[in-house]
Amino acid sequence: MLWKGWVITMADPMTLMPYEEALARFEPVLGLETHVELGTASKMFCGCQTAFGAPPNTQVCPVCLAFPGALPVANQKAIESTIRIGLALNCTIAEWCRFARKNYFYPDMPKNYQISQYDEPLCSNGYLDVEVGGRTVRIEIERVHLEEDTGKSTHVGGATGRIHGADYSIVDYNRAGIPLVEIVTKPIPGTDAMAPEVARAYGIELRELMRTLGVSDVRMDQGSMRFDVNVSLMPRGSSEWGTRTETKNVNSFRSVERSVRGEIERQAAVLAGGGRVIQETRHFHEDTGQTTSGRSKEEAQDYRYFPEPDLVPIEPDPAWVEELRAALPELPSARRRRLQSEWGVSDLDMQAMHNADAFDLVEATIAAGAPAADARKWWMGELARRANESATTLTDLPITPAQVARVTVLVASGALNDKLARSVLEGVLAGEGGPDEVVASRGLQIVNDEGELSAIIDQVLADNADAADKVRAGKIAAVGALVGGVMKASRGKADAARARQLILEKLGVTE
Amino acid sequence: MSAITRDEVAHLARLSRLALAEEELDHFAAQLDQIVGAVARVAEVAADDIPPSSHALPLTNVFRPDEVRPCLTPEQALSGAPAVEDGRFRVPRILGEEA
Repeated sequence: MLWKGWVITMADPMTLMPYEEALARFEPVLGLETHVELGTASKMFCGCQTAFGAPPNTQVCPVCLAFPGALPVANQKAIESTIRIGLALNCTIAEWCRFARKNYFYPDMPKNYQISQYDEPLCSNGYLDVEVGGRTVRIEIERVHLEEDTGKSTHVGGATGRIHGADYSIVDYNRAGIPLVEIVTKPIPGTDAMAPEVARAYGIELRELMRTLGVSDVRMDQGSMRFDVNVSLMPRGSSEWGTRTETKNVNSFRSVERSVRGEIERQAAVLAGGGRVIQETRHFHEDTGQTTSGRSKEEAQDYRYFPEPDLVPIEPDPAWVEELRAALPELPSARRRRLQSEWGVSDLDMQAMHNADAFDLVEATIAAGAPAADARKWWMGELARRANESATTLTDLPITPAQVARVTVLVASGALNDKLARSVLEGVLAGEGGPDEVVASRGLQIVNDEGELSAIIDQVLADNADAADKVRAGKIAAVGALVGGVMKASRGKADAARARQLILEKLGVTE
Repeated sequence: MSAITRDEVAHLARLSRLALAEEELDHFAAQLDQIVGAVARVAEVAADDIPPSSHALPLTNVFRPDEVRPCLTPEQALSGAPAVEDGRFRVPRILGEEA
């Protein structure tokens, strides 16, 4: 729920209890509300476009500016997307429901109210399973409802640019009326010390689900996905839930994780000190990882919700809902199970690929002709290292799955060894062209010419007579230095295994 | 049907940011009471076989396709605004002294 309140409490003195101690004394209960802006072409109730970053008030019309007499009409695609989200989250789809008018006095909506849903959400009672530390945690979904996003206010005057202390505000209504889906979990007990990770994993899983459904661009940096994080604590041994706080508009997964942890530490200190947790909204601060007090929560009845008279009820045709269900794409968890069995990799490797957002890349590389093990090896090895070095992500590396696949094929055919392949990848990343161009321009071809290899070996044997004698005398281990010499002399282009074989032959030694 | 109290009127006035004088609270309490009473008469004729409705027309599923339509120009959009700054609607301070 987008909440606007008016009572300001002063910033509270920040006392924290160490995390382990807090967990020993209290059990956290989590709750997450997620707002997802749908990626429709037009707004929820009018035909204005929805592009991000357009000049202020260029995507507005009489409906979303609430000019007198203008009437909303619901966007069918937004209804459809919300039902698809509900189905993917195993929800029950309402047979009949309505929009509701949420009244509040605040200029981010020109109507003085927001069209939302209240006691009749489009989807309810679902769940999403998330995997954390090898354990599957079922997150129960309370409801998924559809509403409209608000305009963007800029606060002018005052030291902080925040609403407090501002002289006045200026408002851009481009965002007002963009369809916004709110996904609310039921309270999540029993996660204990994993609570912060569970919250993060839920966020990631939800984003992946939205992406798979193609309903939103889920750009957290642009606010098209944002989280409100609820935390409460109850003393160990108690069964009565404590008072919760709601940390608003947390917009990165790392921040979700940190805000849960910070709030556990803070509330534990308040409760242990004989204090009372106040039901309020809080703000998360990136720099400290802590929250500070926002506003005390207004009573829900102050919104004076009532059925939206300008819109007729929604009554999804069951046949349409079943069509949408049947047409759902393969969902992320099912896809992961499939990929794991196809690729035959461990849970740990799957987790690493998941964290690196590598599934699409590895899958596309295999589709482009790479053996599964090689595709995984290069993306999670050399390329992950390169991405890490340049502080970027695998998906942002300037190399395509087809190019990586070509490198694996060249290795498999014997044209490249691993060392040369790394050099090829380096060249591709440096913008020197595709793998074949880099091989040609850098001269990276394994020496397959036996005559040339033989000549190099003769030279190395002559230069390293001591090592050669040791091998002749039966000290086979000494051959390593000779192979190393050949690789060096060939600038890495020799096939090491073949070189070793030839050296032993020339020295008349058999293994 | 209990009467609308002064406190309720004061609360509504605060939510609507209306500054009402003391005597106006009584004045509007009586008026609101009358309005609520008039609307409540509907309940007297509502029969068990008539489901409650929130809309005058027996319609559902009125949708529009997801198609972009022309917007107003910013000049048009802002033409009625009492104050404009930087292409945006300028509004008075949002958080008042009441905190």
